[in-house]
Amino acid sequence: MKYGVVMAILIILVLSSLTIAQEKTYHIGVAVPAADHGWTGGVIWWAQKAIREWQERDPNLTFTLVTAHNPSEQVAQVKTLMTKGIDALVLLPHESGPLTPIAEEARKKGIFVVCVDRGLLRETAYDVYLAGDNPGLGRMAGEQMAKLLGGKGKIVVIEGLPTQINTERVEGFKEIISQYPDIEILAIQTGYWQRDKSFATMQTLLQKFDRIDAVWAGDDDALLGALQAIKLAKRQDIKFIFGAGGMKEVVKMIMDGDPMVPITITYPPSMIASSISVAVKAIKNEPLFPEFYQNSIPSKIILACEVVNRENAARYYFPDSVY
Amino acid sequence: MSDEVQVSRSRGLQIHLFSEKYVLLWVILILSVLSASISPAFLKLQNLMNILWQSSFIGIIAIGATFVMVAGAIDLSVGSLTAFVGGIIVIALNRLVGTGFHIPGAIAFGVGVGIAMGYLTGLLVTKLRVVPFIATLGTMSIFRSLTLYLANGGEFRSLDWSYTVIGMGELAGVPIPVILFLVYGVAAWILLHNTPFGRHLYAVGANERSARYAAIDVDRVRTLAYALSGLSVAVSAVIVSSMLNSVSSSTTGLGFELDAIAAAVIGGTSLSGGRGSILGTVLGVIVLSIIGNMLVMLNVSVYLQGTVKGVIIVTAILAQRRRTS
Repeated sequence: MKYGVVMAILIILVLSSLTIAQEKTYHIGVAVPAADHGWTGGVIWWAQKAIREWQERDPNLTFTLVTAHNPSEQVAQVKTLMTKGIDALVLLPHESGPLTPIAEEARKKGIFVVCVDRGLLRETAYDVYLAGDNPGLGRMAGEQMAKLLGGKGKIVVIEGLPTQINTERVEGFKEIISQYPDIEILAIQTGYWQRDKSFATMQTLLQKFDRIDAVWAGDDDALLGALQAIKLAKRQDIKFIFGAGGMKEVVKMIMDGDPMVPITITYPPSMIASSISVAVKAIKNEPLFPEFYQNSIPSKIILACEVVNRENAARYYFPDSVY
Repeated sequence: MSDEVQVSRSRGLQIHLFSEKYVLLWVILILSVLSASISPAFLKLQNLMNILWQSSFIGIIAIGATFVMVAGAIDLSVGSLTAFVGGIIVIALNRLVGTGFHIPGAIAFGVGVGIAMGYLTGLLVTKLRVVPFIATLGTMSIFRSLTLYLANGGEFRSLDWSYTVIGMGELAGVPIPVILFLVYGVAAWILLHNTPFGRHLYAVGANERSARYAAIDVDRVRTLAYALSGLSVAVSAVIVSSMLNSVSSSTTGLGFELDAIAAAVIGGTSLSGGRGSILGTVLGVIVLSIIGNMLVMLNVSVYLQGTVKGVIIVTAILAQRRRTS
């Protein structure tokens, strides 16, 4: 009798654990750089938001978010995630070179790898590449500049950190401006995508040039610094200035109709949230959206840049975001 | 060797100071002539004022760094402490809005926090015997991380635009940061060159053991040097945060420690302690600002700017060494 009860309990326990095990759980690792800039701060905020929303929707999903200050730290974090056991890895690589081998290794183990924004050296290192369009951003900024100026004027550019991303943007910008013979780029100088450095650079450029019609600050953080320098110098010749990124303070200014800041161009940190969704769809073996006729996720997704102006700014304004 | 230093310093210091100042003034003159001949806008009064302005916040930190370096130590945490104290000031200011004393209240609080953090760093070095380089590398990481945590990776934004009057205001055509820089420089000059505490700093930095024999409380002197560094950072944080009415937790103060140490070394401060002057540091900061201004004025490619800057810094130091040796 006693044995019968024990056996029954044991059988119930084994059966119940089997049924629990049948409901498949998924673990997704998200590895991004630490917040070294307003934009990366935004990336972390959007990653947390997407994780929260997916967990509310599906309790079988678990996530681990890690942030790294340098490439070697990120490699170590990805290794740890792999040891823990993950089904998918969403990776915003700190640097392409050092992260490529570890991403390849993860993929060989059957982990679905989504590479975000910064590329990896070999295509064997990821299943999906999802990124913003840097040359496109530069070209769009050039088109908007020409449109707002009416095809004529003298401009200066505050560029960012000397990196591939910055070069692509500035080259795209120059490509479009070169089609307008009446627009002259007086100078392209760096503000390192930082507010205080851009302030100083703009201050100096204002002394060098007596007449500037417009400024492209290349980035919304840089824009705020440069704008402060213009305001302080009380320069009436500068008609407008715009940046890029879609920082919430700047979107707010556009929404409120700031006469100096007519537009910005998005390079949305929310791309990390979309990447997390892509990873979830992939491991559940679902298409990107029901009306998408391929079952697998597209291997490359390049997000189009969008122009934020006074009319549509409200759609781009997330007051509780950090960026 | 230490005795020789002790004996010859009182006699040699005047000459050293003079020759250092002399070389740096030459460097400033040559850079200015070069810059002005290619871009005449360099000599505009407003541009020269801008150079002093851009010198002010690094300059005040560099003055603090000079105290620490003269005492034979180093402080790498100044950049991230600037962001931390700046953030604290903005938080305090926003909390106190409506009380009527929110700006002075927040500044007083920030200065207190700056001094306290500097003092704690000093204790870490003197009482717990952690090597200054490592101790401040640690606090550098801690302050940055706490700042990021407080702002959730974003920025601190002050609710009251009138706060910008400090960073952006002018008195008789002179920007307030420049006035603060000069006043702070004079006070620091008096403290370092004309008080017993200043002499103790040199003694501790030149030779710790003989300073102990001379009944100087070495630990206390060094800890106070760090507290002074904290104070300098706080004053600078007031300027930086009020200039843009906000503090970015990720980028504010980034690299300040290197600029401050470079300025002090260009100004003749020894990395191994016992040597340095406030005037030298102030001129060193101005040299760095002129270089920064010149690179933009002459439209030097961003990729080459580091090379130009590095060559000028090394040349300035070599020129000085030839003078002093």
